[in-house]
Amino acid sequence: MAGEDELKLLGTWASPWVSRVKLALHLKGLSYENVEQDLDNKSDLLLASNPVHKKVPVLIHNGKPICESVVILEYIDDAYGTVGPSFLPVDPYERAIARFWVDYIDQKLVIPWKVAFTADGEEEKTEGIKQMLAAVHTLEGALKECSKGKPFFGGDSVGYVDLALGGLLAFLQGTEELCGSKPFDIANTPLLLAWVERFTALDAAKVACQMSASWLSLPR
Amino acid sequence: MAGGDDLKLLGAWPSPFVTRVKLALALKGLSYEDVEEDLYKKSELLLKSNPVHKKIPVLIHNGAPVCESMIILQYIDEVFASTGPSLLPADPYERAIARFWVAYVDDKLVAPWRQWLRGKTEEEKSEGKKQAFAAVGVLEGALRECSKGGGFFGGDGVGLVDVALGGVLSWMKVTEALSGDKIFDAAKTPLLAAWVERFIELDAAKAALPDVGRLLEFAKAREAAAAASKDEFND
Repeated sequence: MAGEDELKLLGTWASPWVSRVKLALHLKGLSYENVEQDLDNKSDLLLASNPVHKKVPVLIHNGKPICESVVILEYIDDAYGTVGPSFLPVDPYERAIARFWVDYIDQKLVIPWKVAFTADGEEEKTEGIKQMLAAVHTLEGALKECSKGKPFFGGDSVGYVDLALGGLLAFLQGTEELCGSKPFDIANTPLLLAWVERFTALDAAKVACQMSASWLSLPR
Repeated sequence: MAGGDDLKLLGAWPSPFVTRVKLALALKGLSYEDVEEDLYKKSELLLKSNPVHKKIPVLIHNGAPVCESMIILQYIDEVFASTGPSLLPADPYERAIARFWVAYVDDKLVAPWRQWLRGKTEEEKSEGKKQAFAAVGVLEGALRECSKGGGFFGGDGVGLVDVALGGVLSWMKVTEALSGDKIFDAAKTPLLAAWVERFIELDAAKAALPDVGRLLEFAKAREAAAAASKDEFND
């Protein structure tokens, strides 16, 4: 890392999208200033750094803001290409596959899961859970293909897809308590279940993902 | 183009997502086989190439399928890096800015616009329209920042954001014709209005953008069919 490199992360401890970025920074061994935001009272810095969405995470690198978790992940990989592990593979086709699954996670897992969590009607909730579980089932197949017998979607080491899914783990684990459905289980998603064990054991995961139960009390 | 490169694009001429890929291929000067899919009767090749979403576009490069328009664009840019112009800049920060605006175009303009055009209720359509117009306003500012005096989001030349937005231009014109509203209004968003005129003059645009008249007929026919029965057009 070049001298005078300043990294500041605007985030909240509970946000899975912030967790994704923290995971990446920790895996790369990058120091950063963690600036906890109060989303009910947004700071001038946040509003100035992300005027379009006014959301976290924002990574500020030497004063320049980068927004949107997956954009930040690719940025970290690009800007720190020679520092620590790479998250995206070198081969363009494999990169396309990794991007495909990250997009899948955001479109087909996250969106229905949000519906399951926040919908008022039982029917909507049930549909959200159903779609979420279908996505998890598809991701089981994706893990098999991408890992090719190795520990992670990225192969031997944590990759882009692992980060995208790993950041969500605290929230996904809470699904059972809130919706009554287990996202990962030994019968339907044995590979993912093993992947979860492996991922949560990583040092970076222990630091970056707040797997505490207190988030359950957050207003929805 | 490198020798032995076989490019096949599974698409449907009305799809703006397919148009994006055609634009990129044209900008790069790449030859490809254009395979028109019947979306009411999807081919074995499409179902096999995109088993997860079963959607177009799919770019098949030497037998290997790549799905999702923006992923395909980045793939083309990376594989054919030494062919034609680059869609993404070399600088990581500028790349992040481009990716940010591509996501914005998809989430905040294209998604609401589709709701405006194809929403089930007047309320849905009206909300979609409102959000789409708001996004156009924001994109005017984005163009000012990104172009840095050049004519495109990519600066002096066409970049990823230009292709992402350019792909939907024929549909924007169709929507204007159907609704009577001006989406890229020179009075409200002068930079974007000028950008539209500049973009459609590009050789790549002339090659790739579907004819607005033909698309308008298609849109009208689809609306009529949707009104009559359940519309399964699934791009």
